Order: sequence, then C-alpha cells, then structure tokens
Amino acid sequence: MFSKRKLSTICLAVALAMFAAGCKKKVAVQAPPPPPPPAPVQETPRPAAPVVAQFTAEPTSIQRGQSSTLRWEVTGQVTSVAINQGIGTVQSTGSNRVNPSDSTTYTLTATGPGGSATGTATVSVSSPPPPPPPPPAAPAITIDQRLASDVQDAFFDYDKTDVRSDARDVLSRNASALKQILTDFPNASIVIEGHCDERGSAEYNLGLGDRRASAAKEFLQGLGVPADRLKTISYGKERPQCTEQNESCWQKNRRAHFVAGQ
Amino acid sequence: MKRLIGLGLALTGALCLVNGQVTQIPVIKEGGIPAIAIPDLRGAGDAQKFMAAFNETLSGDVRSAGLFKVVPKTSMPTFVPQQPSDFQQPPSPDAAPPPARGRKQAPAPAIPTSDGGRWMQDWSSPPTQANFLAFGYTATQNGVLVLQGWLFDLSKDMANAQLIGKRYLGTVDEAGARKVAHEFAADIIGLFGGQSMFGTHIYFTSNRSGHKEVWMMDPDGKNQRQITRFNNISTYPTASPDGSKIAFTSWVKGQPAIFIFSVDPVRDLRYYNQAASVNQAGSFTPDGKQIVYASSAGTGRCCRIFTANLDGTGFRPISSSSAIEVEPKVNPKTGTDIVFSSGRSGPQQVYRMNMDGSDVERLTPGTGEASNASWHPGGQRIAFAWTQGYSTGAFNIFTMNVASKEYVQLTHGDGKNENPSWAPDGVHLVFAKTRGNSSQIYTMLADGTQLQQVTTTGQNERPVWGR
Repeated sequence: MFSKRKLSTICLAVALAMFAAGCKKKVAVQAPPPPPPPAPVQETPRPAAPVVAQFTAEPTSIQRGQSSTLRWEVTGQVTSVAINQGIGTVQSTGSNRVNPSDSTTYTLTATGPGGSATGTATVSVSSPPPPPPPPPAAPAITIDQRLASDVQDAFFDYDKTDVRSDARDVLSRNASALKQILTDFPNASIVIEGHCDERGSAEYNLGLGDRRASAAKEFLQGLGVPADRLKTISYGKERPQCTEQNESCWQKNRRAHFVAGQ
Repeated sequence: MKRLIGLGLALTGALCLVNGQVTQIPVIKEGGIPAIAIPDLRGAGDAQKFMAAFNETLSGDVRSAGLFKVVPKTSMPTFVPQQPSDFQQPPSPDAAPPPARGRKQAPAPAIPTSDGGRWMQDWSSPPTQANFLAFGYTATQNGVLVLQGWLFDLSKDMANAQLIGKRYLGTVDEAGARKVAHEFAADIIGLFGGQSMFGTHIYFTSNRSGHKEVWMMDPDGKNQRQITRFNNISTYPTASPDGSKIAFTSWVKGQPAIFIFSVDPVRDLRYYNQAASVNQAGSFTPDGKQIVYASSAGTGRCCRIFTANLDGTGFRPISSSSAIEVEPKVNPKTGTDIVFSSGRSGPQQVYRMNMDGSDVERLTPGTGEASNASWHPGGQRIAFAWTQGYSTGAFNIFTMNVASKEYVQLTHGDGKNENPSWAPDGVHLVFAKTRGNSSQIYTMLADGTQLQQVTTTGQNERPVWGR
C-alpha cells in the first residue's frame, strides 16, 4: 500500500515534469478570452421595510390601578401600525395611556410595502401593598371600663343589709350612670354582687350577701333602673377583695359590687 | 399501779381470741385509762421499708382513739418480742429452769429483777408500766404483706395473756402497710369498746388546685383526693349517712346552687335546683332519701329552710321566718328535728325545730354569734362554733346537750375554730382552725384533747366527717 501511493506520487511528478518541459519547448497557444464581464444588473427599486424607531412604555413598572404611557415612532414606508392587547391600529407616531391589571407585553407591528417590523414594550404590574390600618377610631370604651369609672361599690354595716346613708348617695349616682350605661350597651345586663367580711359563718354570710345585693337592686329599681336588666349573685365571704384582719379591710368586703352580666 | 380486772365474760372472750377471733370484751379499769405499749414492729426483708408508715399508723390510730395512755417508746425495754415464744419465764426459786431456747448464761445466783424485755413483767413494771403490749412483725409471703399481730394483757400469766393473735394481709407497699396497721389498731380499739375511724372519710374544701374544690381524705389525713373539678367555687360539703354521696354548693353556674355527687365513682347526680338566687346545701336525712337546705326561693330573700328529694323534686319550705336561716342539720338518730342557724333574734344563734317547722327554740343563749351546729351520732348532743367570750368572728368549738342546753368549750382561742363535725364513733371531732391567713383541718377527741392537724397543703376548711 505504501509502495502504491509512492508510485502514484512519482508518476504524477514525472508527468508534470514532462508537461513543463514540453511547454517550454513548444510554441505558445493563445488562451481563450475570458468571459465578458457580466452585464450590469438592472436594479428594480424595492421599498424599504418600516423601522420601529421607538416603542417604549413609561414607566415600565406600575402598581395595579396606575397607568403607563406607550410611546412609539415608526419610520419608513408604512401602511399600517397596530398595537395588540386591544389597542388596535394607531398612527405611526403616537402615545397611548394604558392601565393593565396584570403585567402585559405590548407588541407594535408596523407593516409597509417593504415588509413589517415589530417592537415590544412591557409594562410590569405589581399588586399594591395591603392598605394601612384605618386611622384609630375614637377609643371604644367597654362596659367594664364604664362600670369601673362611673359606678361605685355601696358599703354596708356588719351583719346589716339595709342601705345606709352614704350608700344611698352612692347608689343614687350609680342609678344615673347605670341608666346611661344600659342605654349605651342595649344588650348588656348588670350583675350586683353581694359580699361580706370573713367574720360570720359562711352560710349566714351567703344570706347577708344575697340581701345586700337585693337591697341595692331595689334601691336602683326605685330610681328607674330597669329591674329586668339587674341580676344579683351572693358570694358571701367567698370572694373578699381584701384579706387583712382589720376593720378597714372588713369594711371593703361588706359591699354591693357591680359587674357586667354575661 | 393501774390494775385491770377482766370480767368473767372477758375471760371467755380471751379464750376465743386465742383461736384468732376478736370480740369486744368489756374491760373494767381502776384508776384511769389503761396504758398500752406499742413498740416499733419490724419487717422481715422487703417488708421493713414500709414499717415506718406501719408504726406511725398503728400508734397514731390507737392514740387517737382516746381510750389509752400510749407508753412513750423511750421508757420501753430494749428487747422487743416479735412473737409470744420470744418471752422468757422469769426464774423463780421453785420453778423449773428456763426452756431450751433461753438465755446463753445460766441465771445468776442472785435472782434478777428484769430481763430487758424478755419477761412480760419487764413491760408492766416501771418505767414502762404498761397494762397491755401490742407486738408482732411483718413479712412478705407470696407477694402479700403479712402482719402477725398480738395484744397481750400483761396482768395475766403467759398462758392467758393473749387478747389478740391474728394474721392481717395487705399489699406489699406503703398503702398495704397502713391498711394492716389500721386493721390491727381497729381490733385493739374494738376490744376496749372503741370504734376505729379506719374506713371513714373526712370531706372538706381545699383551694390547693387554684380553686375551692371539694376533697376527701382518710381520718389521719392520708389518701387526700379531689372530688370536684369545676374550677370555680365549690364548697360546703355534707355527706350522706352511708357515705355514698355528698351534697355541696357551687357557683359554677352563676348563682350558688346545690349539687349532689356520688363519691365512688365520682358522678354528678344532677340535682334539680328550684329557681332561686341562693340554694345552699344543708344535710341529708337519716334515711338518705332527702336533703334539707337553705334557699331564697319564693321570698327572694335568703334563706328559709327547705326539704326536697335527692333529685330536687318535691321541694317545700319548712321554716317561715323572715330572718336569715341557714345550715339545717337533721337529727341523725331520730330524723324528727333540725338544728340550724338563724338571725331571728339578732346576731346568728343556733336553733332547733321539728321537721315540720314547729316548736322552734333557741339553743344558744343569744350572746355572741353561734353557728355551724353538727349532730352527735346519738342525736342528743351537738357541736357548734360560738364567739362567746371572744371578739366578733373569733369562733371556738363547743358541745351542747340539746335537752339541757348545757355546753362545754373545747377550743380556747389560738385562731378561729369553726365547722366542727362529729366522727361516726361519736368520740372524735374534726374542725377547721384559721390562724392568720392559714386555715387547716384538725381532729380531736370530743373533750378537746388529742389535737391532730391532718392537712397542710393549701387552704383547707369546711370539714365534715362521714363514712
């Protein structure tokens, strides 16, 4: 195989050498003329395709509900310019306000005898942030706060259930306050708790507490507080607000106390 | 020295006891109450670790019975017999020598006067001076705690000394040790006409859970357990005569109302409360079929005394005063009369009336404030709380013969003493003592002695002693 290739190489070299020798030795033969130059091509004038010189959205990012302005300018020979997304045919130069609800890519297509060109402009739409909390309303006062500020305990003597004079003053003021509170809170009811100091027997104190609460209720009822919205609970000596063993503390526990009903 | 003389009947009983029987024998004593020696019993092997609880329970029960002088352990001999065969016969000039398992050394030529506990008279002579000796031992056998318990009458000779010789069985734990101790103590107490408190219960109110709830416990304060779980105020318990039910007052639904629960298992028996601003529990009737209670029903003013069936039906008023009338307690013996507290004459006093509301009479003289009446099981005496002689609210415990109205003061200050309740044996009382801001429950004998505090955790009050 090696020898074959070497052989052919040698043959070719010999042939070329013989040819060259021959040429030099023979009379020159005129080479044929080259072909004529090609006739110049007659150019048929073709119209240029339109060019979208500008198609922008400003701004490119909006929040939902805001608008963006599309601006475009098409040059060249144009037969129609249109923008998709429902805008339709437009002038070759112009602007249009859009307020897409979601991110939208607008495609402008300019068509002319020379072809067509497109441009795109994208408007990114972001959701608006959650609204801020409403401005603070005038603070809503609960019935508990009203009772705490407007209604006071009525105090009683040891082993007594009659409304003493200082308690009559307190209950009279309470009556006005309670009527207003019951008007402001039309579904509310008031619980009058009857309490005692720790000294009597528990069961007997349950009786005292019941009668103290009832005495307060009857007094208020007499001053026009609607009785059907006043309830009583006796706690006897089971829920003292003060646990020291002296008269000051005991007096604090011998009381009718007002709380909101359920 | 105190001598005890057994009746002929006692001898018969003692003979029976040799065979493991325990029957009550009346013992007549001269010159005071009998002295009993209860040395610490020991346990074999695993049983030993429960013996602290055992010994505490045994001596505690016997002591609290109030029938004995319990000899201090410091005055006891050093040798403690564990079974009758541990006793030696003292030598006597004309007696046979000690038996084979006797002492190593021969009796000294001079006749000894004691043998460190090996002779019965070592326990009956000074310094011990006991009339009776309780002894024995415990061991575990086949997964059971076995107590071998003996009670010897030290005034008898060895052949006739045994009053109790019995085997008691319990679980191999502290509860089992306490059980056999309670049972042994009950036999000892029963022999002398007493009644063991073992098996009875004290119901009470505790705030240890964060709220006032009804609890129960054994009379020695053990096995405290919560009955109600309303997370509100649930208190003023009272127990049915058979101990199967309790009634109490709770604010769980708003206004105070009556509840009746079974105890074992704990179950709400759904008492129906008549409409009232206050319904508060009082007591069961002796037949356990009705309760008496205080209610503002009808008048709208707390309270009159009512009676009703255990489901709340059939309610009707008994008293008709316009005063506060509360804490009705039906005579447990007769079922025909009620003691209660009333303000009809001014500050609250203890009154009595018939079940139909007739024959109302004031029992306490009208001074101070009197309340918390509780019937003796015999139906002739009451215990109650009274401020007589003390400042307002400073109650003490008294007892009173209802017929004669003679009274005895049992506590004397040292805080506020309230809510006495008689034990079923009629010998013990439980009550609440408040010192400063701490209220705890105590038991004592009805003469005011043997005071024992039985609660320590939280605030505890309103005890009632039931079965």
